[in-house]
Amino acid sequence: MNRIENHPILTFPERKEIAFRFNGTDMIGREGDTIAAALHASGVKVLGHHFKSHRPRGFYCAIGNCSSCLMVVNGVPNVRVCVERLEEGMDVRQQDDKGVLP
Amino acid sequence: MNQVPLLIIGAGPAGLSAAYRAAEAGADVLLLERSGKAGGQLVKQTHKFFGSEKQFASTRGIHIADRLTSRLEQLPGRVTLLTDATVLGIYEDGVVTADISGTVQKFRPSAVIVATGAYEKTLAFPGNDLPGVYGAGAVQTLMNEYGILPGRRVLMVGAGNIGLIVSYQLMQAGVHVAAVIDAADRIGGYLVHASKIARAGVPLLMRHTVVAAGGSEEVERAVIAEIDEQWQVKPDTKRTLDVDLICVAVGLSPLADLLYQAGAVSRYIAPLGGHVPLRDASMMTTLDGVYLAGDVAGIEEASSAMVEGELAGLAAARRLGFEGGDTSGLISACLAELRQLRAGPAGGKIRTGLALAGVYA
Ligand SMILES: Cc1cc2nc3c(=O)[nH]c(=O)nc-3n(C[C@H](O)[C@H](O)[C@H](O)COP(=O)(O)OP(=O)(O)OC[C@H]3O[C@@H](n4cnc5c(N)ncnc54)[C@H](O)[C@@H]3O)c2cc1C
Repeated sequence: MNRIENHPILTFPERKEIAFRFNGTDMIGREGDTIAAALHASGVKVLGHHFKSHRPRGFYCAIGNCSSCLMVVNGVPNVRVCVERLEEGMDVRQQDDKGVLP
Repeated sequence: MNQVPLLIIGAGPAGLSAAYRAAEAGADVLLLERSGKAGGQLVKQTHKFFGSEKQFASTRGIHIADRLTSRLEQLPGRVTLLTDATVLGIYEDGVVTADISGTVQKFRPSAVIVATGAYEKTLAFPGNDLPGVYGAGAVQTLMNEYGILPGRRVLMVGAGNIGLIVSYQLMQAGVHVAAVIDAADRIGGYLVHASKIARAGVPLLMRHTVVAAGGSEEVERAVIAEIDEQWQVKPDTKRTLDVDLICVAVGLSPLADLLYQAGAVSRYIAPLGGHVPLRDASMMTTLDGVYLAGDVAGIEEASSAMVEGELAGLAAARRLGFEGGDTSGLISACLAELRQLRAGPAGGKIRTGLALAGVYA
């Protein structure tokens, strides 16, 4: 787990666990996490692959500007997971193409 | 369609200060913020701020955000703050559209203040698209908002204030800082920040650049090298650092997309951070009734963002007919405050930029 435990200034209170799936595997995040934050906490940095070059993609800005973090969430492609809140039971998948709207 | 007197876009220090002054003068304000909470960049600043007493110097950024938000209550005008509310467009007929918690809504405001802040620049180098190459703001968001370690060992690219402060914050979170590098020949940020990091044994390498990020699926290493007077990599100085995170802190650019789309005239002004919408002394853009304030008007600091916000709030309220007895006095006080904040050597860059934009007296 990549969660900060001791910090000289900030405290991070225990938050409720939220179950979700990443590429079909069960994972646990915390209430209040964005999808990208929950994935990063579980060691997942590769959020997809570029549709042409197939190079791995991760986030860059984490505030919804750069669109480097697009994933398929509950079947909907091109979701900016750096600003999308994690919800119980979400199905999150790496996006490797341009995506097709449902 | 919702009629609103004053619509403010972005609840960072600029937008919150604008809302305060406008509502104090009597205007009802709708403040739309795309993230889940108000405060803008302040919500991840764990350090104590520089600046003058009036702009909350020596208070931690995270606490300034709370104070700016709580003073919006019980003013003559009513401030409605909506979070998870992203403004999508400002149209030629004056309609503004926003995605509010998943529903698109239309507004017809009599005046608008754009206070959307900035976005982070990046650098061109092979491998810069690998997961693990993150902007400094992203690293702060992960650490300070979500309590997540962005990596174990980091190369910091950029020795301005943001690079230095975020390096220190990374150390506080328990991340090993392998080096802080900068292409300039001297440290751009304040020396207090630099010496805190240097004392902990972190190498601060000036005249260095990142040559490449390596790794198959994620960052596994960084190659850095010295550069010469012509900013060319010196052969034989390349070396490899064992890092899983490359943090890019090479500056910010105004986040002015909404204003370009609406047709506001802008100009490329390097000292202000890139393309900046032009404005008059009252912070009004070339679009009638559309104002701006804060980093979107040129990259500066939270202190000046607050004063610019106040100025825009007062000017917009006055346009709507809300003019307290002391509006003119408050406007002059804001202008004097800005002059003071921008005086001295640290303000040289912003003074040059504003002169190029034709606004600074
Ligand atoms: C590491 C770091 C350290 C700093 N230290 C200092 C310091 O010591 N002293 C100091 O004075 N300054 C400091 N600053 C600078 C300061 O944080 C910024 O200058 C200041 O936050 C700018 O304020 P703003 O309101 O213009 O923008 P922001 O704080 O960026 O706020 C903009 C807001 O607009 C919202 N927004 C954007 N687009 C939309 C949209 N379409 N719809 C709705 N909302 C939108 C954003 O979500 C955000 O909340 C620091 C900055 C950093 C990154």
